[in-house]
Amino acid sequence: MPVKVMIPTPLRAYAGKQESVQLQAGTVGEALSALTSQFADLKKHLFTDDGRLRSFVNVYVNDEDIRYLQKDRTPVREGDVVSIVPSIAGGARDRV
Amino acid sequence: MATKTEVPVATPEAKPAVSLSKEEILRYSRHLIMPEVGMEGQLKLKQAKVLCIGTGGLGAPLGLYLAAAGVGRIGLVDFDTVDFTNLQRQVLFGTSDVGRPKIEAAAEHLRNLNPTIQIDTFETRLTSENALDLFKDYDIIVDGTDNFPTRYLVNDACVLLGKPNVYGSIFRFEGQITIFGAPGGPCYRCLYPEPPPPGLVPSCAEGGVLGVLPGIVGTIQAAETLKLIIGKGDPLIGRLLLFDALGMKFRELKLRKNPECPVCGDHPTVTKLIDYAEFCGLRGEEAPAPPTTVPEITPRELKARLDRGDDIYVLDVREPHEYQICNIGGHLIPLGDLASRVNELDSSREIVAHCRTGKRSAQASEFLLKAGFRKISNLKGGILAWSDEVDPSVPKY
Repeated sequence: MPVKVMIPTPLRAYAGKQESVQLQAGTVGEALSALTSQFADLKKHLFTDDGRLRSFVNVYVNDEDIRYLQKDRTPVREGDVVSIVPSIAGGARDRV
Repeated sequence: MATKTEVPVATPEAKPAVSLSKEEILRYSRHLIMPEVGMEGQLKLKQAKVLCIGTGGLGAPLGLYLAAAGVGRIGLVDFDTVDFTNLQRQVLFGTSDVGRPKIEAAAEHLRNLNPTIQIDTFETRLTSENALDLFKDYDIIVDGTDNFPTRYLVNDACVLLGKPNVYGSIFRFEGQITIFGAPGGPCYRCLYPEPPPPGLVPSCAEGGVLGVLPGIVGTIQAAETLKLIIGKGDPLIGRLLLFDALGMKFRELKLRKNPECPVCGDHPTVTKLIDYAEFCGLRGEEAPAPPTTVPEITPRELKARLDRGDDIYVLDVREPHEYQICNIGGHLIPLGDLASRVNELDSSREIVAHCRTGKRSAQASEFLLKAGFRKISNLKGGILAWSDEVDPSVPKY
């Protein structure tokens, strides 16, 4: 199924600066693995070393959190929008 | 007239004692003539007590609109002083405020805006030691801070005290807004159980914020706060509002209370405030860790050697838009492109890498050392130090 994955601003640098990517996938897990095989740098930002989704990153299918659906086995259908939503803390400065 | 969810917060029994003076009636007339606020709502506003954490980008519109609306008591918590880089978005402050404590300038501005309300000022950093004490006198807490440790601290303190936390955060041109800690609603930890490890937080190369963004997000926080107080409308509880200023799009995601949440779940494991710097993994970062393996060169040494005519390749690893602000004639290869463009570098030449502060160029230098480059050093303190020590005509940013 063709699905759209929305890339949040903080992670766009690791995804060819695109705000969304069209992928073929039947589940959320497939969509994310297609995404990280296309953009290898994204992988460590989305997943821990043992392959779990990081706890400051949430994934939604349309407006539902996959933690309350079937997690990475959540099916996606044509036209679904998968959103990656990381925590952001900013209010003023993000200087290093 | 949609009166969907009445939130049982900050709705003191508005009866005797409290009334509006003739002057207040005139001031709030545009509220009083609309039925959703009216006299009843305005008296609720007058009796409400709201604590704003931070008086910066988010705190500015928030403070202005809460004060203008007649929130009877507004607390401000901040420890910072106004600097020039704040003025691009922190509209509570003017140029003449630079160098003043934010809290002092903010309170002065808000008292001038509305002398009929009480402004409490707390010139302090919010800590695990003072948070519960500061929060206890207020009905609603509004989080306008800029870092993960304080966000988790505000969340946990609100959950422990049962107070709603009107949350807003921003990054570049994107914002997130919701209300955490409302009765029956989710908290910040339901959404994000843990903060990102420091290494995965975007660096200054990707930082920055569109000046108007905190204005929009802070104003939405103000609207939600006022709605909670007057008990009207549909509050942003259990909904995460995402705003993208570039695409000019609002999206909404469902937020659920997590029964396994460590603070507000069925079996909480966090029952008092903790050390949030440690929780966010910042303790280790404070120690000067990485640049031990990379030799450093000071701006003065580099200047002397360049003046002497030494063959040095100055490598600037900042972003192109930063190069446009100022540069010292280095060859620009942004840190993110270094791996794919490493063949542009001549490993037989001496290379000095620099960025804004020295942090990204330390990473670049480490990468190059691993890639087999031997004659590499990092400009200590980056172009900021160059401006301080060598050439003050180079602007700082």
